[in-house]
Amino acid sequence: MAVRTSRRSFLKQSSLLMAGTAAGSLTALGVDLNTRRAMATELRIRDAQAYPSICPYCAVGCGTLIHVEDGQIVNIEGNPESPVNVGTLCPKGAATFQLHVNPNRITHVLHRDPGATDWEVWDLDRAMDRIAELVKETRDETFVEEWTGPDDEGNEITKTVNYTPAIFTLGGATMANEWNHIHQKLMRGLGVVAIENQARI
Amino acid sequence: MGRGAATTFAEDLSRSDCIVIQGSNMAENHPVAFRWVIEARKRGATVISVDPRFTRTSAMANIYAPIRPGSDIAFLGGLINYVIENDLYFRDYVVNYTNAATIINEDFEDTEDLDGVFSGLLEFEGEPINGFEYTYDKETWQYEGFPVNRGGRQADADVEQNDDESDAIGGEYFEQAPGGPPYDDLVEYVRPDGLPELDESLEDERCVFQIIRRHFSRYTPEMVERITGCPRDKFLEVAEALTDNSNPSRTSAFCYAVAWTQHTKGVQMIGCAALLQLLLGNIGRPGGGIVALRGHATIQGSTDVPTLYHSIHGYMDHPSALEPHETLENYLVNEIQPTGYWANMPKFLVSYMKSMYGEHATEENGWGWDWHPKITGDFSHMASMVRMARGEIEGFFCMGQNPATSLNGKFERAAMRNLKWLVVKDIFETESAAFWYAAPEVQNGEISPEDIDTEVFFIPSAAVGEMGGSFTNTQRWVQWHEKSADPPGDCRSDEWFTHQLALRLKALYEDSDNPHDEGFNNLLWDFDYDEGEYPEDTRIEGEPDTEKILKEINGYWTDDPDTHLTGFAELEDDGSTTCASWIYCGVFPNPDENKTRNREPDPEGEIGSHQGWAFSWPDNRRILYNRASADPDGNPWSEEKRWVWWDEDAGEWTGYDVPDFDVTKPPDAEADPEGIGLDAHSGSDPFIMMADGKGWLYTPNGMVDGPIPTHYESAEAPIRNPLYSQDKNPITKYWRTDGNELIQHGDRDYPFVVTTYRLTEHHLSGVMTRWLPWLAELQPEMFVEMSEELANTLGIRNTGWCRVSTPRGSIRVKALVTRRLQPLIIDGNIVHCVGMPFHWGYMGVVTGEAANDLTALVGDPNVAIHEAKAFMCNIEPDD
Amino acid sequence: MAEPMGFFTDVSVCIGCKACEVACKQWNQLPADNGGVVELTGNSYDNTGTLDGTTWRHVRFVEDFDDRSQGRWLMFSDVCKHCVHAGCLEVCPTGAIFRTEFDTVVIQSDICNGCRACIPACPFDVIDINPVNNTAMKCTLCYDRLQAGMVPACAQACPTESIKFGPVRELQEEADVRLMELQRAGVSDASLYGRDEEMLGGLNAFFLIVGPPEWYGLPKNPQLPSSRSLNGEGILGALTAAVTVVLGAISFRKLGPMRRRAEAEQNGTLDDQPSRDGVAS
Repeated sequence: MAVRTSRRSFLKQSSLLMAGTAAGSLTALGVDLNTRRAMATELRIRDAQAYPSICPYCAVGCGTLIHVEDGQIVNIEGNPESPVNVGTLCPKGAATFQLHVNPNRITHVLHRDPGATDWEVWDLDRAMDRIAELVKETRDETFVEEWTGPDDEGNEITKTVNYTPAIFTLGGATMANEWNHIHQKLMRGLGVVAIENQARI
Repeated sequence: MGRGAATTFAEDLSRSDCIVIQGSNMAENHPVAFRWVIEARKRGATVISVDPRFTRTSAMANIYAPIRPGSDIAFLGGLINYVIENDLYFRDYVVNYTNAATIINEDFEDTEDLDGVFSGLLEFEGEPINGFEYTYDKETWQYEGFPVNRGGRQADADVEQNDDESDAIGGEYFEQAPGGPPYDDLVEYVRPDGLPELDESLEDERCVFQIIRRHFSRYTPEMVERITGCPRDKFLEVAEALTDNSNPSRTSAFCYAVAWTQHTKGVQMIGCAALLQLLLGNIGRPGGGIVALRGHATIQGSTDVPTLYHSIHGYMDHPSALEPHETLENYLVNEIQPTGYWANMPKFLVSYMKSMYGEHATEENGWGWDWHPKITGDFSHMASMVRMARGEIEGFFCMGQNPATSLNGKFERAAMRNLKWLVVKDIFETESAAFWYAAPEVQNGEISPEDIDTEVFFIPSAAVGEMGGSFTNTQRWVQWHEKSADPPGDCRSDEWFTHQLALRLKALYEDSDNPHDEGFNNLLWDFDYDEGEYPEDTRIEGEPDTEKILKEINGYWTDDPDTHLTGFAELEDDGSTTCASWIYCGVFPNPDENKTRNREPDPEGEIGSHQGWAFSWPDNRRILYNRASADPDGNPWSEEKRWVWWDEDAGEWTGYDVPDFDVTKPPDAEADPEGIGLDAHSGSDPFIMMADGKGWLYTPNGMVDGPIPTHYESAEAPIRNPLYSQDKNPITKYWRTDGNELIQHGDRDYPFVVTTYRLTEHHLSGVMTRWLPWLAELQPEMFVEMSEELANTLGIRNTGWCRVSTPRGSIRVKALVTRRLQPLIIDGNIVHCVGMPFHWGYMGVVTGEAANDLTALVGDPNVAIHEAKAFMCNIEPDD
Repeated sequence: MAEPMGFFTDVSVCIGCKACEVACKQWNQLPADNGGVVELTGNSYDNTGTLDGTTWRHVRFVEDFDDRSQGRWLMFSDVCKHCVHAGCLEVCPTGAIFRTEFDTVVIQSDICNGCRACIPACPFDVIDINPVNNTAMKCTLCYDRLQAGMVPACAQACPTESIKFGPVRELQEEADVRLMELQRAGVSDASLYGRDEEMLGGLNAFFLIVGPPEWYGLPKNPQLPSSRSLNGEGILGALTAAVTVVLGAISFRKLGPMRRRAEAEQNGTLDDQPSRDGVAS
């Protein structure tokens, strides 16, 4: 505990970061660090706004601060206010900046025709329209209203199932709860039952 | 424990006196949570690492106990035997708070009686896609006179039913059930009479305690050593440390992760730890508990808000054609547990249906029950991949997950070649996106891209800082991450993708009058920003309002949508409330208060549970079942372990946390033998979700493979089971299909035990780390970790190439030779165990062959998680 | 001058996660070696090898498993020692290296001409040329963050507080307590490295180590260039540096620590390497 105090108290000498993170004041708008410019002449995040975020890797849920300048992410580090991690991070969390700012990211839609040997760059809207069309096609062709099959004791039964067994969706544990909600809702709404995520592996 | 989540939070570990880390390599995989372990250790706590490999966790432990992969139940069972035989259990806790005293059905037969199986074993006659050869009829596992099977349906109700009739079809019992709303009469109808029969002396030979004692009596220290390879002295050292630190003034915690889930008996491993912790009185108390260390940012959230086939929101079973779920009433009759908090299920379920179909879900149409799909068996990851391999799946959304290098990768990639269309959405181009041109079988010419008729989309994804939303961490804390900047180019948030897809599909189906489409057309979809509310600081159009989504999860009054629900106590079963997830109810109690954005931690040095930081489901309770932190009279067990207690003057429970209990129910309140819900529990029954209010040492319902954990050998193992002639878990899930062959026990062609694992420096299949130079350089290449002895035997040098093979696949990797790994003596013979990280694949800044090309589609019968933590392989030098 | 500030890095609670390495690179925007594409060293879990111009925190792994029943896996996050008597500062011909108000030692990249004099002057092999800007670089103890009242990136990131940052005097007291605790707990070979003035006037970044300094690549008795030879190597170094500047770096290129180590390994002359360092032997 003593160590944590000294870590924080040093911070408080300037209260540079704390000003932003204290008391939940950082919500949607982020925090303006401009007021501290005089104290931070050498600091590369001096003009940045800090947004509280959460590390996207494991499930410990470490708080991070994302510093943004002119719409660009310039720094990501641990949030000292978070009781989960008290400003610390593991190497993955510490590398979150490079998860965002990375020339290896693909920033356009890639599409591959059946049998093709190369990707083709597609317009986003075109891809979304095509995906919707494919979902509808598959659903309409494979939708099952009444299902007949064996129960666990081998008796043949017939039931109303209203499902779409030919679509499978996988993933979710790395995405927000809000995505999980609308995605499972859309899928179940369409009758999709093969809905899975990483909790299974 | 009835809740599917960690019972406590990581910081609470700093209050532990002994921490056993088994089935987890916490220092490496949850380094930041491990800070609290270090803090405990500095305070004098004993840290124990039980692991096949000496890991970075072991390096920080006071005691390192090596064990063979897959032998954890033998180790834990040995501890249980030690605790019982030496009278080291916490008697007051055990008698009052667990089902130790409960009398079990006289027809129950244990593994002791039947040489490794329980009574009720039957051949499985259902669809092969379910992966079962056998199944259990659980009738004989029940409490005497108080069946909790099938939500309390009386055992004799089954007898009245025509024997030829399927369980899946309702029958008379269901027809006579009262309807609703309100569903109170229905709950009354299914409530069994009276209360469970008890023998608080724990001497009745049919009481749980005696059954448990007999069951584990053969798990002696000698047997532990024989099965696990852990030297007897080391095992006893662990047993002593654990029991010395489990009493009214001391608590011990267990930490586990997927090394306890990725087995053919994974749920039983966790159950075994729960059993042990209950015997020691370590659940619901500060510094105690079982800490599930989950591995993805919101893997807890994606289980709570289930993108999982078997469950709908809030841990309710997904409606199934194989159960009597023909109507919502039938579902309730079958699933409801009328005693305990689950008696409120009608409110949870009707409110969920309202969240799906809004005003279209009415009492008249059974809340839209027919529109909601029903499952017809196993649609889990493995089963779905088998379906895909059979050509039954045409379309596949693969978002933020990478099956091409997970679970028998070669099999899964072959299955994907049968797809008509595939949509991959991720931050980087994954192995799954590139399976048609970059996979090993394509690169080596075995398969030609021209022969793969799959239309593939790669939708580039926003990263966490480029979208707003909430994650639920491993301790159930729901925390919001703010959007800080727009994503580059056409990268889009996950919510954007699904919302935009939904809007397009809604438009495509808008004019349909096909009955198939009625449900979809009635699906409530109201996530666009309100007029004038769309954010101005973005160039991206068409994002949904993520707080509106959270509002739907939280719930609101249907006749007054601006009034949010403030907690699950407000839920109704008559359609007046809508709430997707009852367990999240209260996370967003009014339009101006999104509690996931709460950022007020407790002041330093103050004992507390950070009530002002984030929201912890349920109802901001941080330690589950925390009523157990007080004795039956409501006083703290000791000053040192004070957490929640009864304040006689105020007439309520109080403490450092939100009481996980009826706040005004006094400790001496008696259980009502006719009562519904929590009325059926006394004031000293802390386990409010359980039918009898007790922590279950013995599980009469809920496990498909037995009421008590039992050591079985893994699907692949170097030896036969020394305990019983029943070798493997009889209820293993396994798909007998090409490309998924298993190694028989004792096969000399595959003599080495292998376990897979993560490294600190990487994540999952490597998509989020192997594209990052900063992480790539820290662990650049795939390796197999092996002992010096094995390397010498095989003629393999450190960093030399070798080939690791199973019947499913073969990979070429470098050897990392180290004395941290050691040969074990198992059942009298030397057994070598090796380890492989599973982070590599063929895409990325650094690439390598995938450990999961070796694994099989075989797994746990309860949750269908594959067995990657213990299987067999062969290794040869391959320089 | 403000109070001297420094690091106390404690091996006994280091979990070898390397968060310090990455947090340092993140804050200082330093590149990975060869874009991250490097080979498995086989040297336990260490694949970045050494401190150099782009790796300013480096975690070393020591596997002490001759007797498995007493097996220990020790992890050590190395860093510039910010010596009170700093060899690099002594030899720098351009004045690029200076002592800050926090008593830390910082190289100013805009003044450094890449002469390399400081590289051999450091008894700990901390400094090397950063190939991106061809100047000598090393840990600055996050001078920019210190000026703004922030904790250095590595210390802030360290999950187990193995890296502690603060006024040196307080850190010394803390270290003394920690050492006593460990000795009481039976860790008889724990010691403090560089805590006292005897070592180069004291290291502002000092360590608690377990086992001999050699295990961690730490010299038993580090010397300043000025005391290494009677003529004063510092002056010689400066002269050499001047020549280097004139003739260009390539012909007189001095091997960086990593390359030196690689060559030594090839030649079997890696005599300063600990026998228990990883598993290479």
